[in-house]
Amino acid sequence: MSDFDAILKAYERSGGNPHFLRSSKVVSMVVSGNRVLGANEVCGVHLFAEELPDGVRARIVVEPGVKLPTPAHLCFGVIPNEGVQRILPVFEIGAGAAVEFVAHCTFPNAERVVHLMEGEIHVGRGASMAYRETHYHGEVGGAEVAPKAQVTVDEGGRYTGEFVLTSGRVGVLRFDYVVNVAARGVAELVTKAYGYGDDQIVVQETIRLGGEGARGLVKARIAVRDRATSQVIGTTEGNAPLARGHVDCVEIVRDQAVASAIPVVKVTDPRAYVTHEAAIGTVDKKELETLMARGLDEERAVDVIIRGMLQ
Amino acid sequence: MTNGYMLKVEHLWLERDGVTILRDVNLTVAPAQVFGLLGRNGCGKSTLAYTLMGCGGYAPSSGRILFDGQDITQLSVTERARLGMTLAWQDPARFEGIKVKDYLALGMREPSRAEMEEALTAAGLSPFTYMERAVNDVLSGGERKRIELAAVYAMRPRLAILDEPDSGIDVLSLDAIGRLIRGLAAQGTAVLLITHRDEMVPVADVAALMCQGEILEVGDPQTVRDYYARRCQPCEAGQKMP
Ligand SMILES: Nc1ncnc2c1ncn2[C@@H]1O[C@H](COP(=O)(O)OP(=O)(O)O)[C@@H](O)[C@H]1O
Ligand SMILES: [Mg+2]
Repeated sequence: MSDFDAILKAYERSGGNPHFLRSSKVVSMVVSGNRVLGANEVCGVHLFAEELPDGVRARIVVEPGVKLPTPAHLCFGVIPNEGVQRILPVFEIGAGAAVEFVAHCTFPNAERVVHLMEGEIHVGRGASMAYRETHYHGEVGGAEVAPKAQVTVDEGGRYTGEFVLTSGRVGVLRFDYVVNVAARGVAELVTKAYGYGDDQIVVQETIRLGGEGARGLVKARIAVRDRATSQVIGTTEGNAPLARGHVDCVEIVRDQAVASAIPVVKVTDPRAYVTHEAAIGTVDKKELETLMARGLDEERAVDVIIRGMLQ
Repeated sequence: MTNGYMLKVEHLWLERDGVTILRDVNLTVAPAQVFGLLGRNGCGKSTLAYTLMGCGGYAPSSGRILFDGQDITQLSVTERARLGMTLAWQDPARFEGIKVKDYLALGMREPSRAEMEEALTAAGLSPFTYMERAVNDVLSGGERKRIELAAVYAMRPRLAILDEPDSGIDVLSLDAIGRLIRGLAAQGTAVLLITHRDEMVPVADVAALMCQGEILEVGDPQTVRDYYARRCQPCEAGQKMP
């Protein structure tokens, strides 16, 4: 099997549709280890990639006003059971552009795989960017993954980030995003993860609402069982008039797992308004007993509730 | 079916945090019978429902619950459900991320779209509007109650405990709730209909009055209804119906 076929297979297993990575009409990039196996541009979208000894540096430029009718597909993977992959992407979304990225990061055989992403994302004036990433880290908990990004949203721009790691093991996850939002801009960060065994999940998300009328939402849905741990540090700063921010964090713990949430809310402008809600606990008794009253056993009922929350 | 009853509750006592809530409750429900349990707020109706279903924290201090002659007092909620019992909560749970159609399917032996649509329709909901929606807090309390009733209907249980199916639902649709309950009975489901509204009682085949954790009287629905409507003011516990 060629490297490209191997990565496509892993991509498919993590929920991706390989058709998109082969289509010439769809923006795509495929990176295996430190090699760029495929990159497809369309009019108005440019991809630059440089292979490094331990990863890839990439620049993704969307010209002002370009609105992509279909999502751009990105695939980052490490197929061997060990290795290090560093991805250094810069996203430049021009003013008024609109683009959605669907990214799959897959380490299906990970026993000692380290994946680091250090990204810079710039969403121009009035532009909108969605970055939806789904991870698959294999079944033995041998991945250490640290996605880190600095996001800047210009006036009237919109950034939506979604991170999903709900199938297979987590291993170690250190998620760290900082988003700065200008006037009337919107930022939304949604994180979903399900850890078990001795998985460790740390989610650190910061939204700074720096312009008038900027809005931000941090939403985390985490479930941990066995001896897994999770920590969510959601920070929202309201630094401008009429800025509105909200942190919404739900963590479900079972067995010996431990979850914590540290919501940080900071307001430096009296006309800004930031709220947070965090709920940590076991599965709700009434939800559980409702499903049991339909004939589900407790294990299955817990799973249905957690899977629902992570939908 | 043992001696014509399906559910038999014998001398049931229950305490919560040191407070006695159920006092020597006795009742029997026959197969496909609608048994109306009427009582004012706080008299212990929901507590009885949770105790019958086997919910956590509701283990009786004494007494027995028999289902088809089998003592189920020690069984788990799941085990009772698998024998054919279920409960529609007074204030149904919310389920983030679970769609109505999946929620209905969970209790069905062989989920079919036709049966789900029938259940939603019976509960007064348009299948077209609700099948794909999530059972979360975007739904109103009344909508969640109807979905809960639809889920019970779709499950085709042998005994359905309905805890105030009429609360939070507008008076105009009480008729529809009544029809759904009669529909359950027609399918062969026995219904323990818990309510504090005397208008619901005519739906029942037999009715009982509960007061301060005790069943005061069991009998003809109209007699129990009349007494409750005219005379049932807060009073000393244990006063029998004249
Ligand atoms: N944990 C508890 N400790 C003490 N009293 C309780 C507890 N839970 C419920 N109760 C009391 O038990 C009574 C019956 O409650 P409930 O069964 O909910 O009544 P109903 O459903 O008839 O309105 C109420 O007076 C209520 O306050
Ligand atoms: Mg009640």
